[in-house]
Amino acid sequence: MGVSIVGVGMVPVREHWSTGLAELAAEAGTLALRDADIAQVDALYIGNAYGATYNQQTQLGSLLATEIGLPGVEAFTCEAGDASGGVALRAGYLAVASGAMRSALVIGVEKATDIVGPARWTARNVSLDAEYEAINGASLTAMAGMLMRRYMYEFGLELSQFEGFSINAHRNGSRNKFAMFRNRLRSGAFVNAPMIADPVSLFDSAPDGDGAAAVVLVNSELAADLVPKPISIRGSAVATDSLMLQDRADPLALAAVAKSTARCLDQAGLAPGELDALELHDAYTILTALSLEAIGFSDRGCGWEWAQAEGARIAPDGELPLSSFGGLKSRGNPAGASGIYQAVEAVSQLHGQAGENQVPGARHVLIQSIGGLGATVATHVLSAPPA
Amino acid sequence: MNRGGAELPACVNRAYDCGGGARGTIFSYTLVQEAAAEFVSQAPFYLALVELVGGELITAQLTDVDGGVAIGDAVEMVTRKLTTDGQRGMIVYGYKFRPVIN
Repeated sequence: MGVSIVGVGMVPVREHWSTGLAELAAEAGTLALRDADIAQVDALYIGNAYGATYNQQTQLGSLLATEIGLPGVEAFTCEAGDASGGVALRAGYLAVASGAMRSALVIGVEKATDIVGPARWTARNVSLDAEYEAINGASLTAMAGMLMRRYMYEFGLELSQFEGFSINAHRNGSRNKFAMFRNRLRSGAFVNAPMIADPVSLFDSAPDGDGAAAVVLVNSELAADLVPKPISIRGSAVATDSLMLQDRADPLALAAVAKSTARCLDQAGLAPGELDALELHDAYTILTALSLEAIGFSDRGCGWEWAQAEGARIAPDGELPLSSFGGLKSRGNPAGASGIYQAVEAVSQLHGQAGENQVPGARHVLIQSIGGLGATVATHVLSAPPA
Repeated sequence: MNRGGAELPACVNRAYDCGGGARGTIFSYTLVQEAAAEFVSQAPFYLALVELVGGELITAQLTDVDGGVAIGDAVEMVTRKLTTDGQRGMIVYGYKFRPVIN
């Protein structure tokens, strides 16, 4: 059975110090239900990565069903590190596609900024391998730094060759009122940014933020009666790779990105070249470069080339639009919510409501949510209704 | 080269059995500036993916580094304190790697 998105909602990604986890999620969820003009759904699926360690809060299903006013509904959390939003969307998709549920509300939520500094790194590190990575002082950013250094070493690259990914993200994010960091990046600033785990710097790595985003899914037969332009989920897939880089035969090949994308596009009946825009998991520029290679837009060692000329080729009016609302880098990375922000942004593109960030004539948008450095990869293709 | 499998590489177990001595080269590394609470007192520190002689990769801190390091540098495993669980908690020991001194 086909699955369509008939409502979306989100809150700006910020440091929401005066708003709790449940309130943030409820705000996004309520906006999405209102957008779909329905009051009740059959199920509620939540993407959340670090509630247990950021907020000392689990059982978000019950908590949020009560907060939103969906008494008795099936509700639970889906977790896969920073891919939690993507896998929650997958859960909602499967529930509706199977016919088990006629409708589902999927909310991604993360409340990160109540803890800061070293404590947040500790809280975030639960998504690494505890016995072989985190115990040795690793963080996801440190692992990304090592991945990027190896890539630069093997292919003889300079740091400046990655700046266009961040410049493009911030150029797009500067026009998105929901984005966390709306500053633009000047060419040259990237290479002089403070290092977090070299060569990954502050201008390379996406910022943690607080946020919540939501979509309402219904089966496509119902969708036509609810809204004039339902957006269909034309492909949905999740693939995994080893949690640790050290267990991969080739750390520079994101095998789960390749598998997840191939399955998703196969279901959608689309080739990569038929995609009008992509929201990749740009938590680090190296992830974008390697994702572009794994998807097939570049040969091995050449993914960085898309960043050249300050990202002109990946701008909304470019050859291969990426991060059209700022991506994780500028919109912010509220971990378990990021995958749902991507969905909401894709819907905006497909409705032609993206304003200055509009990708001309967008009909098919791929969104990809990654846990770890390609350990869990959730991919969806969203498509506009036929004109 | 097969680095598959989630078990601790056999050579690491062997290294422990004989009190250290596993050797390898730096596959990649980073200087960690911002660290988790358990490691913040050690920052900045080098973290590396070490390619062991048998071909397996292992994630570990570098220690006893004088000056810089580079991909391809030879390193050897040593036993070191990794962290302490607070003032009254366990002292956690484990492996780190140091540059091979010829």
